Amino acid sequence: MQAQVRLYSAVLLIFFIGIGLILYKHLALGFPLMPDDKKFVWTIEAKIDFQAQGDPVIISLALPPKEPYLTFMEEDFASSDYGFSEITTNNERRGQWSKRSAQGAQTAYYRLSVYENDKIVEEPLVDTPTPPQKPELDEVFMTASMTLLEQVRARSANAEIFTRELIQTLNSKSPNQNQRLLRNDKAGEDYKTNLILDLLALEGISARVVRGLFLEDGRRRQSLTNFVEIHDGRQWILFNQDTGKSGKPKNFLIWQRGGQSLLDVVGGRNSQVSFSIIKNTHSTRNLVVNSSQNKQATIIDFSIYSLPIEQQNAFKMILLLPIGALVVVIMRILVGIRTSGTFMPILIALALIETTLITGIIIFLIVVGTGLMIRSYLSRLNLLLVARISAVIIVVITIIASISIISHKLGLSQALTVTFFPMVILAWTIERMSVLWEEDGPREVLIQGAGSLLTAIIAYLFMTNRTVEYLTFNFPELMLVNLALILILGQYTGYRLTELYRFHSVGKHHAIDKH
Amino acid sequence: MLLTSIKRLKSMGIIGMNQRNFGLVSRYNPRHLYPLVDDKLKTKELAQKAGITVPKLLGTLHYQHDVKQLKETLSAYQQFVIKPVKGSGGKGILVITEQDHNLYYKPSGDAVKLTHIKRHVSNILSGLHSLGGKPDSVMIESLIQIDPVFANYSYEGIPDLRVIVLKGYPIMAMLRLATHASDGRANLHQGAVGVGIDIGTGEALHAVQYGEPVYHHPDTRKPFYDLTVPHWNKLLTLAAACYEITGLGYLGVDIVLDRDQGPMIIELNARPGLSIQVANFSGLAPRVEIVEALKEVNPDPQARVEFSKKHFAAVRNLFRPRRKINQTRKQSSILT
Repeated sequence: MQAQVRLYSAVLLIFFIGIGLILYKHLALGFPLMPDDKKFVWTIEAKIDFQAQGDPVIISLALPPKEPYLTFMEEDFASSDYGFSEITTNNERRGQWSKRSAQGAQTAYYRLSVYENDKIVEEPLVDTPTPPQKPELDEVFMTASMTLLEQVRARSANAEIFTRELIQTLNSKSPNQNQRLLRNDKAGEDYKTNLILDLLALEGISARVVRGLFLEDGRRRQSLTNFVEIHDGRQWILFNQDTGKSGKPKNFLIWQRGGQSLLDVVGGRNSQVSFSIIKNTHSTRNLVVNSSQNKQATIIDFSIYSLPIEQQNAFKMILLLPIGALVVVIMRILVGIRTSGTFMPILIALALIETTLITGIIIFLIVVGTGLMIRSYLSRLNLLLVARISAVIIVVITIIASISIISHKLGLSQALTVTFFPMVILAWTIERMSVLWEEDGPREVLIQGAGSLLTAIIAYLFMTNRTVEYLTFNFPELMLVNLALILILGQYTGYRLTELYRFHSVGKHHAIDKH
Repeated sequence: MLLTSIKRLKSMGIIGMNQRNFGLVSRYNPRHLYPLVDDKLKTKELAQKAGITVPKLLGTLHYQHDVKQLKETLSAYQQFVIKPVKGSGGKGILVITEQDHNLYYKPSGDAVKLTHIKRHVSNILSGLHSLGGKPDSVMIESLIQIDPVFANYSYEGIPDLRVIVLKGYPIMAMLRLATHASDGRANLHQGAVGVGIDIGTGEALHAVQYGEPVYHHPDTRKPFYDLTVPHWNKLLTLAAACYEITGLGYLGVDIVLDRDQGPMIIELNARPGLSIQVANFSGLAPRVEIVEALKEVNPDPQARVEFSKKHFAAVRNLFRPRRKINQTRKQSSILT
C-alpha cells in the first residue's frame, strides 16, 4: 500500500512538473501550443533627410517606447560616418546622430523590426499627471470655445464621453459658425491636435498628443498620425482625433507620447522624416526562441535549441520515440496485441517515417516475405544459429539492394528509401517469424506480424502528426507527462481488450444454464 | 456491450494477463527463484531430492561438439524424448517412439534421419528455443508410457495435467489433450483440448478447444463426461509439494501419468497461463482470495490438499448435470 502511495505521488509530481514547465513556456515565454501559429513582423524604416551646411550636425529623433506587449527584435541605426547614441530622458527614448562637419544632402536611417507578443500585461501604474494649465486665448476664440464646451458638457457624463463628444462635434460635417471658427479648415493636423488639447485644458482634463504610425504592408513615405490621449483620473485613454473613437486601433504603432518634437536637427536645413513599412510573416516559435535566447531565459539557454542544427534535427527524431513507446505500451497492456519483439514496431515506424506509409509497408512485406522464403531454404542447410542469422542479414541486404536497383531502373524513386529500414532488426524479425512458423504454424506468424505492423502504423501516424512532432520537439517536458502516463499504465490490472474475446466463451452463459 | 462483458468476466472472477503479472507472478514469485524452474535439469534434481518421481534422464548435451556422439548416445534406446533444458511452452520437444537403422519415427509415424535430429539438437544448443535466445543444453529423457485410462483421450501424445498451486494449495487443474490440430502437442494455442478437472474429485467438468466448449475428443470422438483422473489424491499432493521444493508462491505444475511408474512431474512453470480458467469455466480470483485470506500456510502438503478439496470442489459438473441436478438448478438460477 505504501509503495502504491509512493508511486502515485511520484507520478503526480512528474506529471505536474511537466505540465508546469509547459505552461511556463507557453504563458511566460510565449511559446505557441500549435505549430501553425504565425506572427506578423513589421519592419519600419525612418528616413531622415536634410541639407547640411558645413557646421557640426546633431540629429535627434524620438524613438518608439518599448511597450511590454511589443517585442523589439532588432533596432538598427545605419548612417555612414555618423556617431550614434541612444538617450533616455523623462521616459522618452531619443536617438542622436552626430558629426563634426557635413555638407550637402544628408540621410540617416533608423530601422526597427517589431511584433506584438501575446504576453498578458498587467496594467502599469501610471502617476497622475499635474492638472493642465489654462491656455491663453484671444477673446473671440475664448467665447467660441466656452460656448462649444458648454454644449458638449451638457451632453456628457464623464471625461471619456466628454472627449468623444468634443472630437465628434469638432469634426462634424455641418459645422456651425463657432465650430468653423475654431477648427480653421485650412490648418493642418497639428493645429487640430493643439485645438483639442487647448479645449480639454479649458475643461480641466489632462491630455497629451500621441504620435503613431499605421502599419500597412508596403507603404512608403508615410508620416506619423496624431492621436489625443486623456487621463480620466485613473488611466490614459487614447482617442482618434478625426473620429473620436477611443482605444488603440489595430496595427497602430505608438511612436511618441507628449508634446516634444519628433525630430530636431542642429546644423541642417529642410529636415524631414518619412517612414516606410514592410510586413513579414514568421512562425511564432522561431520568434520566441530567438527572443528568449536574447533574453537568456535559462530554460531556453540549457535546451535543445542551444545545440547545433544538425543535432537538433537528430533530437527531433529521438524525442518522438517516447510517443512510439507510449503507443506500444497502450497496444500491449490495454489492447493486448501480440507483436514480434517488444519494440520492433517503433523501429518499423521510424523507417516508415523515412519511406512514407504505403511505400514502406510494401517494401516491408516484400523484404520479410522474400526473407522468409529464403530462410526456409536456409533451415534445410543445417546451420548454427548465429551463422544462420548472419546469413539472413546478408540475404536482407541483398534483397534491399535488388529492390533499390530494380526500382531505380523502373524509375520508381520512392523505393530507394528502402535503405532506411534497420537491416539487423529485419533479419531478426525474419528469423523469429520463421521459427514461429515452424513451431506454432503460419497462423501465429500472421497474428504477430499483423500485430507488429498495426502497432507500427499507429505509432507512425502519431509520430508524423505535425502537432505531435511540434509539441515533442518544442516542449520536451511532455516526456515527463508521457512518463507519468506510462507509470500509471504499468499499474493497470484490468482486462486487455483482446482478453474479452479470449475469455468470451466463459463470459457467455453455459448451454446447460439455458435448460 | 463491452462493459457488460467486462462485468460478466469480473463476476466470474476471471483473472486477466495484467492482473496475473501484477498480482500473482511478481507478487509471489521472487525473480531469483526463476532459474529453479526455467532450468529443467535443476527442477529434476530438486524433485528427485524431495523424493518425487520424474522421467528418467538418459543423457545431456552441453556443447556443439557433443552432437557428434549423438548416435552412440541414442543407440541404446528405442524410445526417447529430446528437450531443451531452458525451453518454455513445450517448444523444441522432439519425441521418438521407434528407431530402425538410420531412421527415427515420430509419434505421427513420420520418419526422420539422424541429420534432422542432429540439427534439432544443434538448434537447441544455440538457444533457439530458450528464453532470450541464450545458449542452452539438451536433455534426453525416457519416453513416458501412456496410462490406459487416457488411451482414447489423446491423439499422438501423452495427456498432461496442469495444476495451479498458490502458496502450496492446489487451486485449479486442467488436463491437456493433444489433437491432430495441435500436431501431438499439448498446447492449447495450437488446438489441444483443455479439460477442466474438479479439484474435489478428479472428474472432468468442462472442455474447450480454441476457446469453444467441446464434448468429446475431436479425433477419437471419445466423450468426456465419464473421464476421471486416477490417483487424484497423489497427483494433488505431488503438485502441492512443489511449493516447498521451489519456494515459488504461484506455480504451474505439469504432471503426467506413466503406465508403469504412476504420476511424474515433468515441468514447473513460474508464469502459468490463464486458459485454465476457460477450460474450467470459472475464474481463479475467488480461489486466490480464499488462499490469500489464510493466516498461515500449513506445512503439510497432504493437509493443504484436504483444504483445497474441501474449498475448491466444483459446485456443479457441466458434463454430468444429472448427478447433482438439485444443486445445479439452484446454482444456475443464481448465476442467470
